[in-house]
Amino acid sequence: MSAAVAAPREAPVLRRLLAAPGASIGAVVLVVLVGCALAAPLIVPFHWNETRVCTRLAAPSAVHLFGCDLYGRDLFSRVMYGGRFSLSVGVATVAVSLVFGGLFGTAIGYAGGRVDAIGSRAIDVMLGFPPIIMAILVVAVLGVGLWNSALAVGIAGIPRFARVVRGATLTLAGREFVEGAHAIGAGRSRVVRRHLLPNLAPTLIVLTSLDLGNAVLATATLSFLGLGAQPPAPEWGAMLNAGREFIRYAPWTMLFPGAALFLAVMAVNLVGDRLSQVLDPRQRGRG
Amino acid sequence: MSGEWLVRRIIGIIPVLVLTWTLVFIAMHLIPGDPVSLILGGTPASEEVLQAERHNLGLDRPVLAQFFDFLRRAATGDFGLSFTTRQPVIAMIGSQLPYTLSLAGGGLLVGGVFGTLLGTLAGLRPNGWADMAVMTSALMGLSLPTFWIGMVLIYVFGNVLRWVPIVGTGFSSLILPSITVGLFLAGGLARLIRASIIEIQSQDYIRTARAKGLWPVTIVAKHIARNAVIPPITLLGVQFALLIGGAVVTERVFARPGIGNLLVEGVLSKDYPLVQGVVTMTTAGYIIINLLIDVLYGLIDPRISRA
Repeated sequence: MSAAVAAPREAPVLRRLLAAPGASIGAVVLVVLVGCALAAPLIVPFHWNETRVCTRLAAPSAVHLFGCDLYGRDLFSRVMYGGRFSLSVGVATVAVSLVFGGLFGTAIGYAGGRVDAIGSRAIDVMLGFPPIIMAILVVAVLGVGLWNSALAVGIAGIPRFARVVRGATLTLAGREFVEGAHAIGAGRSRVVRRHLLPNLAPTLIVLTSLDLGNAVLATATLSFLGLGAQPPAPEWGAMLNAGREFIRYAPWTMLFPGAALFLAVMAVNLVGDRLSQVLDPRQRGRG
Repeated sequence: MSGEWLVRRIIGIIPVLVLTWTLVFIAMHLIPGDPVSLILGGTPASEEVLQAERHNLGLDRPVLAQFFDFLRRAATGDFGLSFTTRQPVIAMIGSQLPYTLSLAGGGLLVGGVFGTLLGTLAGLRPNGWADMAVMTSALMGLSLPTFWIGMVLIYVFGNVLRWVPIVGTGFSSLILPSITVGLFLAGGLARLIRASIIEIQSQDYIRTARAKGLWPVTIVAKHIARNAVIPPITLLGVQFALLIGGAVVTERVFARPGIGNLLVEGVLSKDYPLVQGVVTMTTAGYIIINLLIDVLYGLIDPRISRA
């Protein structure tokens, strides 16, 4: 999966992407969720950290659609604001994996020889850690916190990105147009910028879109474990951690933040799945 | 499978183990703060006491000496005493391991059975209604936050229906946690098995089996399913990583004892010997499991070990 993304006779990527019902549903849900997060101050009736706006652990009602938490905070307001935390942290996480993993993979794949041999070994060693264990280890070093957990999950994703990008770069580096560029005297940095990166783009987009859902889930997981977002931040995972105590008496405290998280990840995965089909030449004509 | 290949594979994991443990060692040394004051729990102590404790722990020795000491002790499973409980870390891990292993086993069983059945069902009629339904549920399984579905299961089956106990460590209390871990695995596995089945159905030997009029059930059971499980086995290592992640979270949700709970508690209470021990052991286990999967794959498919 590399070059020839948009052969002239094919419909634009966006149109083919949305042709599948699953992907368009996912896209709509995603737009709604991002919209809610952005417009949260306009939509919600209360500030996310305003306590005692209702009875402690009050059940959902017309005024408090999702009910209330232990401190009498309006859960609807908190879930709407939560998107700002959970979604932006997920994006930041993938950005870390993409930038560092992508650069590393491109560098060693293009350099080849000993550099590639040593670099690949380094990737193998990092892959020796189960991702969640690696992320928890990084949190142990950096300390708990929302952005530290994003960095931790991002670092744990670096070897996955690096390995795929290295492979794709290796294939590209042997192609005629790269050899041609070298032959007419193009410098290494020019070859990387003008020839490698544009052709790596589909690979990178697919990787990113497939990993984004995971990233949102993994950072929320760390927050749920108490290693990411700390109270009173309305991050969805952290809210679920708080709701864990009240499954029996006030299930709404865990039901709505979890549903929001699930919807967000499902929407991202629906779009990502379809995107990988559209951009992957091997999947052409399969639907 | 040639013996030489096996030996080479086993020797090959030693540098990986040493290098991962090196990373763990570096990470633990990057942590800011003085471990000695952490052990003493913040109680003020004279410089002599601090020095003595440092000497006891070998922290006054050169870093390189500490590093080789760590590698030597890690290889024998000696990670020192926990800061919080003052018990040997390896004993704490040993006492929690059975809980995590039984949960992992239960999750693997649930995930394996459902993943294989649903994946086969979907792959036999690609793009049919069953396929659409299975693939949508598989994607849902992959998108469900493990901790959330665990809590929903507790609420529905433990509180509303009261079918299963929620707390405890007996067999029946393993049902919901196993389903929680298994659901995530089943989603990924179903997708792999489906792709594998679609691939196999276009093979010549399937056409031959059909042409000689074999009973469709026989074809599916003997010819398709048996071959279809081989490719996903290579990805069992990835599944195992998911299993570890699922177990860490699920233990937390169900307040079960286990390795994951130990690790999270260790990080939260800054009990670094405990964190170091759990990470080192988990990583070693993960690398060894991946080696076993490789060997298993070599046994099933001789082309791999001859290459």
